[in-house]
Amino acid sequence: MVDTHLANLSNQLMLGAVLLYVVAMVGYAADIAFGGRRAAAVPSEAKVLIGAGGPEASEAATDVEEAEDDGRRIEWGRFAVLINVLAWGVHGAEIITRGMAADRVPWGNMYEFTSAITFAAVTVYLVMLWRYKVSWLGPFLMVAVIIALGIATIWLYNDPGPLRPALHSYWIAIHVTAAVTATGTFTVAGVATILYLVKARDKAGKPGGIMDRVPDAETLDRISHRTMMFGFPIWTFAIIAGAIWADSAWGRYWGWDPKETWSFITWVVYAGYLHARATAGWRGRKAAVISLIAFGCLLFNFFGINYLVSGLHSYAG
Amino acid sequence: MSVDAPEAQAAPQAPKDRPAGIGLIGWLRWGWRQLTSMRTALVLLFLVALGTVPGSFLPQRGLAPEKVATFFDRHKTLAPWLDRLSLFNVFSAPWFAAIYILLFISLAGCVLPRTKHHFSQLRSRPPKAPRNLRRLPEAASYETAAAPDEVLAEARKILKERRFRLDAYDDAVAAEKGYLRETGNLVFHLALLVLLFAVGSGTALGYKGNVLVTEGEGFSNTLTSYDAFKGGRSFNASKLPPFTVWLDSFSANYLTSGPNRGQPTKFAAKVRYQAGLKSPVTSYDLQVNHPLVVDGARVYLLGHGYAPRFTVRDGKGQVAFQGTVPFLPSEESTFTSEGVIKVPDAQPDQLGIVGYFWPTAVPNQQGKVVSAFPAAWNPQVALYVFKGDLGLSNGAPQSVYKLDTAKLKPIVMGNQTKPLAIGQTLTLPGGAGSVTFDGYKQWISVQVNHDPGRVPALSAGIIAIMGIVTSFLVRRRRVWVRAKAADGGRTVVEVGGLTLGGATPDFDAIVERLKKAAPEEPPNTDEE
Repeated sequence: MVDTHLANLSNQLMLGAVLLYVVAMVGYAADIAFGGRRAAAVPSEAKVLIGAGGPEASEAATDVEEAEDDGRRIEWGRFAVLINVLAWGVHGAEIITRGMAADRVPWGNMYEFTSAITFAAVTVYLVMLWRYKVSWLGPFLMVAVIIALGIATIWLYNDPGPLRPALHSYWIAIHVTAAVTATGTFTVAGVATILYLVKARDKAGKPGGIMDRVPDAETLDRISHRTMMFGFPIWTFAIIAGAIWADSAWGRYWGWDPKETWSFITWVVYAGYLHARATAGWRGRKAAVISLIAFGCLLFNFFGINYLVSGLHSYAG
Repeated sequence: MSVDAPEAQAAPQAPKDRPAGIGLIGWLRWGWRQLTSMRTALVLLFLVALGTVPGSFLPQRGLAPEKVATFFDRHKTLAPWLDRLSLFNVFSAPWFAAIYILLFISLAGCVLPRTKHHFSQLRSRPPKAPRNLRRLPEAASYETAAAPDEVLAEARKILKERRFRLDAYDDAVAAEKGYLRETGNLVFHLALLVLLFAVGSGTALGYKGNVLVTEGEGFSNTLTSYDAFKGGRSFNASKLPPFTVWLDSFSANYLTSGPNRGQPTKFAAKVRYQAGLKSPVTSYDLQVNHPLVVDGARVYLLGHGYAPRFTVRDGKGQVAFQGTVPFLPSEESTFTSEGVIKVPDAQPDQLGIVGYFWPTAVPNQQGKVVSAFPAAWNPQVALYVFKGDLGLSNGAPQSVYKLDTAKLKPIVMGNQTKPLAIGQTLTLPGGAGSVTFDGYKQWISVQVNHDPGRVPALSAGIIAIMGIVTSFLVRRRRVWVRAKAADGGRTVVEVGGLTLGGATPDFDAIVERLKKAAPEEPPNTDEE
């Protein structure tokens, strides 16, 4: 039933993807370290443009930055993005071969979920990179991706195999895909929010530090907010799709199963963040902390619930 | 909902602290404003999240009553205290209800006035152009040879094409669009109110019954045929649709090799059902994820197990019991199961038997029998036999899965019992009779439920998503175009834009179009 050749190929592709992500991370780091000279000029420009208002300002700043590129120097930034895209492609191939090996959707256990979520996060990042030039996010996201994939390969690995009967439904493609996409999106937002909190705390900023390339707090806040606005309806949809599925698999659409409870908690806290951001006295730092709590709930729901509490979603191990 | 609210927020009895002259009405108004403020809503939102947390860590009566009982055994002092706080019924606890009802009143109190306000906004005119359009976040100005009227007419046309709502003021056109943002936001929140209502009324009007059915047997949709039944608060038992379901056979497939050996891959139950007494009998392949829908009720396959078949002869040699007894799996991975056979008709003493069933019996390293696989490849049973009084005559309800050994004496225990294969007989000592393991059948556990709130809840959920996506995608935009005659037959065109929640490329496109219609000419005099 399981194609072992494809399964092995998938494992090798996973290894390749992780290595390429590491190379991309090194590339991003090299860009910060050796591409630092031109960065110094950027913040002042960015401030002027932000002052003029409009969200395109920071993007314009990045454009200026790119225009100043010195053609002769090794363009570490471009190298990193190139390797990043390559890693993403290999990662995608890993997921596809995994699915082909088991002849089903490639998200049926924790190893596969983690792989799919990181893939979603990198996809979201690459789209944002293309649309909004957020290459500063790259090195930090790569760290998160490498850690997650490392955990997946070392501790969560499971050979591909068929699914248990409760998972035999086309809803797995809908519900899990939505949950995975939302989780990947929230991961990118979480990384941006952490950067925001660091940047907002240390407004002066030491020149030459790793935060040099990261835009100002206001931009970070806006970018993480937009990302969460994208993730929130998808998460809502994932919960509703899960409820429809539960209705046909378990005989009720909502039963406060631990996984359901925590997906609800996650939803509520993200909703809290979205409201806090529009409430006087809560915006900025407080709202950002709330969104990190929400992200913590999301991670706890993903890892903690599967290993600590037994419920209908017990597919770990 | 908003009418109930002042009572819910009872007026505080602290006349000393309150400002003079505010009065009861003042306090109510103050309370209402507090309750419906965003800050309170936020706090309530987090309280709801916090309130559900114990429900995911402590066993809940509605989900796993047996785990609650175990918890009580293990934590003799703590458990009653937790119980007093309803922590084993979190989701139906009064304090939890209080939080979410307050939250929804707060939500209603915020959203309903906003809806009213939005309606009046929808009918009002776009606001008048500010005096200085150049100070707006988005601004452009140029000079053209076209007459002011022509420019404004063109502006009206362009903005109309872009589906702006227009209004003309003396020398300017005011336009606004993006009302859908607020509409979507309000729809989202109102849909959540509907969702809560649908869930609540669905539970109140619906019912849920659980029953265990052995192959060859069936059940009817009546209160008495269920092992467990729960009707909602407003449920009427006489309204149960009269259908019957029979289980012909059940099959389970498992992985036979690899690291996940023994993992189930398919459960299927062949059932027949009859909607009413006069309806035809229809076959259905009942599977997980494929419930049977009959008469508005849904029949689910939830679990399965083995029911070994026994013949028990008593001391007088008469058959005192013959039939299948459902055993409950104690280990899901191997389906090692346990069950109890009660033989009240045995003479001279009643017999009680505790049995273990191994679907694939193999001896382990210590020589004990264990089950190696969940499918019945080598089914064996081991029996522990008691005689005496089963305690059935005193009328107290007894579980069919538990033996009350208070007045029973063990006659076959531990080493005396040897696992029986199909067809083998255990002869009881002292001429007490014999037990024969005749074979086995399988049983399935079935849930029947009816929840009229399902479809409304789903619709509300979908509408909520559509509302929030609309609200996140649409931006509220205002554009003003002013055209004034200047020296030398020129017209100065000023365009100003205001986009709530950040600029869009739209503004530049509008200016471009306008410039195409009323072309820009180099200014006569220096600007500014």
